[in-house]
Amino acid sequence: MILLLFILIPMAGALLAWIAAAWNQALPRWIALLAMTADLVLAAGLWWQTESATGPWLSTFHRDWMPRFGISFSLALDGLSLLMLMLTFFLGALSVLVSWNEIKERVGFFHFNLLFVLAGITGVFLTMDLFLFYFFWEVMLIPMYFLIGIWGHENRMYAAFKFFIFTQAGGLLMLLAILGLYFVHAHNTNEYTFSYFALLNTPMEQTTGRWLMLGFLTAFIVKLPAFPLHTWLPDAHTEAPTAGSVVLAGLLLKTGAYGILRFVLPLFPEASQAFAPWIMLLGAVGILYGGKLAFAQTDLKRLVAYTSVSHMGFVLLGAFAFSEMAYQGVVMQMITHGISTGALFMIAGVLYERLHTRELEKMGGLWPALPGLGVVSMVFVMASLGLPGLGNFIAEFLVLAGSWQSQPWITVAATIGLVIATIYSLRIMQKVFFGVSWREYKLPDLSFREGLMLMPLIAVIIWLGVYPQPVIRTVKPSIPTVVLAPQAPYTDVAIHPTK
Amino acid sequence: MSTSGLLSILPLLIISGSAVIAMLLVAIKRNHRVMHAFTVLAFLLAFLSLFIQPYEVPYMIAPLFVVDAFALFNTGLILVAGLSVLFLSFSYFEQREERKEEYYILLLLATVGGLVLVISQHFISLFLGLETMSISLYGLIAYLRKRERSDEAGIKYLLLAALSSAFLLFGMALVYAHTGRMDFSGVGASLQAAHEVPASVVAGFGLMLIGVGFKLGIVPFHMWTPDIYEGSPLPVAAYVATVSKGSMLVLLMRFYRDINGYEYTILWWVFAIIAMASMFVGNWLALLQQNVKRLLAYSSIAHMGYILIAFLAGLHAGQEAVIFYLVAYVITSIGAFGVLAMLSDKVRDAELLEDFSGLFWRQPWLAAIFTGMLLSLAGIPLTAGFIGKFYIVAAGVDAGLWLLLVLLIVNSVIGLFYYIRVIAVMFQPLRDEQVQAKRASLPFFGIFALSALMVLLLWLGIFPSGLIAVIRNMMLTMS
Repeated sequence: MILLLFILIPMAGALLAWIAAAWNQALPRWIALLAMTADLVLAAGLWWQTESATGPWLSTFHRDWMPRFGISFSLALDGLSLLMLMLTFFLGALSVLVSWNEIKERVGFFHFNLLFVLAGITGVFLTMDLFLFYFFWEVMLIPMYFLIGIWGHENRMYAAFKFFIFTQAGGLLMLLAILGLYFVHAHNTNEYTFSYFALLNTPMEQTTGRWLMLGFLTAFIVKLPAFPLHTWLPDAHTEAPTAGSVVLAGLLLKTGAYGILRFVLPLFPEASQAFAPWIMLLGAVGILYGGKLAFAQTDLKRLVAYTSVSHMGFVLLGAFAFSEMAYQGVVMQMITHGISTGALFMIAGVLYERLHTRELEKMGGLWPALPGLGVVSMVFVMASLGLPGLGNFIAEFLVLAGSWQSQPWITVAATIGLVIATIYSLRIMQKVFFGVSWREYKLPDLSFREGLMLMPLIAVIIWLGVYPQPVIRTVKPSIPTVVLAPQAPYTDVAIHPTK
Repeated sequence: MSTSGLLSILPLLIISGSAVIAMLLVAIKRNHRVMHAFTVLAFLLAFLSLFIQPYEVPYMIAPLFVVDAFALFNTGLILVAGLSVLFLSFSYFEQREERKEEYYILLLLATVGGLVLVISQHFISLFLGLETMSISLYGLIAYLRKRERSDEAGIKYLLLAALSSAFLLFGMALVYAHTGRMDFSGVGASLQAAHEVPASVVAGFGLMLIGVGFKLGIVPFHMWTPDIYEGSPLPVAAYVATVSKGSMLVLLMRFYRDINGYEYTILWWVFAIIAMASMFVGNWLALLQQNVKRLLAYSSIAHMGYILIAFLAGLHAGQEAVIFYLVAYVITSIGAFGVLAMLSDKVRDAELLEDFSGLFWRQPWLAAIFTGMLLSLAGIPLTAGFIGKFYIVAAGVDAGLWLLLVLLIVNSVIGLFYYIRVIAVMFQPLRDEQVQAKRASLPFFGIFALSALMVLLLWLGIFPSGLIAVIRNMMLTMS
């Protein structure tokens, strides 16, 4: 029941916020904030109880929906889902705070869309029915399209279009693969069902499995995004309002990563292992290519957007390394990237509110004017480049150490990405806060509200850097067997022969 | 024919009787309001009479008609579609200066044609129904004759429909010449008995396909669609898009099943090629339209292509999918045209993209409905269109039509592009003169009908189980 609440609270909040806007412009903000905080508290309460849990599934909810097709409204929560939910509600609450002053027009409809995206994302992280998964996957799109298209920057329409069409195309391929899996399962076992648990043990031919796996994978790497399907991301992130960017980078990208961990690996163990070297290569290329492009940007938000491409390469690398360590690293990366990139977008938003520009060339020498913001930025820039003591370091270290076993050369290439990360991250600091100021600024430093939203992020990123054990412990029971004990040998497609 | 026979086609009788009474009403006194109320009443009565079937279905009225569950369901669909169109018509015609009352007579007569089509199982009743509908449509399409494009559309439809009817007749004649039968199952049985289908019968089917394809508006018989949609009054366009196409589709399904069409590979391939061509041509030409009516016309061509994929997927899941999609498509099309009709004023119809700019801030509810309809056409979740598309893809995957499905997906993405474009226009910020313009009040009937359609759209998108069960049971009784 509590799982249903997780989805219903934001949905109800969305409707309320829209209606309430008719009376009072501030009311929607408070409703949205309240809905997210309520969810966050509920999720934290659940996490508190995990110690005593037996088995991977902490809570489940099941109702029939369309029995004709074997579709059920089936939700279940394990450690991985729980962590993703915590991240969702945490960033969700912050994205309400971040738009407090930025969004002045059509406040009700804005919060309706924001909460609806969050409800969709929550659904994606919870559902254990593949049809329902696709349903939520699509439900996220429309409100996000509106968020970018209505409240975005100058080139918003183009960005919203591109975002929508890319993800929708990927989604439709996934639908085809889901249905393929459904009928393969039905033909072999005579049971028509979309239930994740039933489909887990679908007997199928090698080629069928590989095709279906590619269908799923395409949808997920569009969303992740991985090279070469990442081109929608810089546009969408740059043009979106700050809250939109935070939700996009912090949460929407994670649904792609989550899909790989939850569906691709357990449903298609054989195919995943067969393609693993190629996908890891794709991940490494993404790390280097994204980093290189990030370095070349002059637009602050665009720069941060490309760092996402680079960081998400680690997810792809670690997920297909088939080691527990790398898997843990991937989950850590999902969380820390959500926090650190979310924070960087908020900083970009704070700067934009003051300077009305995103151009790095027009900034510079801002430290004396904005010392508080400078310090905060320093923390997250350091996090982004992987400084020990901050969460991202743990994540990237675990991924690299775990991947070394299976693909040493690809891992070496990926490690170079850390150097590139240092270069582009330090460039942010240099261009924005150091150097000569080309104009005498008199700017207000961080306000109370801005402090309120950035401080928790700092606390979390440091906590994850020093004591990541709670996360690692929570994830452990949900690691699929294929990762713990890969069985099939790396077949004909291995790039680097294993001894 | 016995009394029970009369009772089982009661909806048809009510509608035809009403057409006669309506003519008398006009002769006594012209009153738009009375006429409208009378027609609404007739449709309501006809719809209610569906539920008092005295005898068990299927009930044969040999040799022309068969009243089975399938026929009853589609009769209901046509009546509901007609009723929704009626609700949208009143305010639309009220503000026009032409004589308005004959419109309702023609609408009743066209509906008679549609109702005959869905229960016919014989070439004669097929042709009668088709012609009754077509001839009424000539008048309906050219109804606002003072508009410049209206008579053009009417003449175009007249010529093309007459031509396609000729093809259809010739095709029937060829089939009859060989089989000596005119009832569908007789034709089927006779073909089964013959070991080889002769070329003349294949040619006959081909010619019939031209007649059917014209009514469905599928490539390459689609040329009339955009012009007729553009030139005819908006409620009529909605009627052509739903009732006319829908009843023809139902007839095609019945005919195809009775002649065991699924056994002829050549027919399968012909339909497959038509489906592919319809999807691509429809979506491709819709991409650059600035006129929303034409855009909807081209998109309807593409949707017929999608439906054909389900049609090709076979008897069971495939035909279920066709009917579900048809229901979703009827709701969405009437909804979309209805929004256009609500926005039209005395002088011209709201049809250009700029007529919709900033609509979301001027008429939020209307814009929300239009957005819902467009998203349903695009197949986005929470709408009936999504379940419909899912149904089609599921049927296709089950039948292994991978090529067609991949093309369907490519086309869905293309389709998304132009639906989203219209939505984007509605969300544009208001221009200065629009801010100052007073918000026009909307007619009650129209808004009521549109809201009901919207609720139905969402309901079927979220809780489709009920309708699915109905369609499934209906299809099971058929085979």
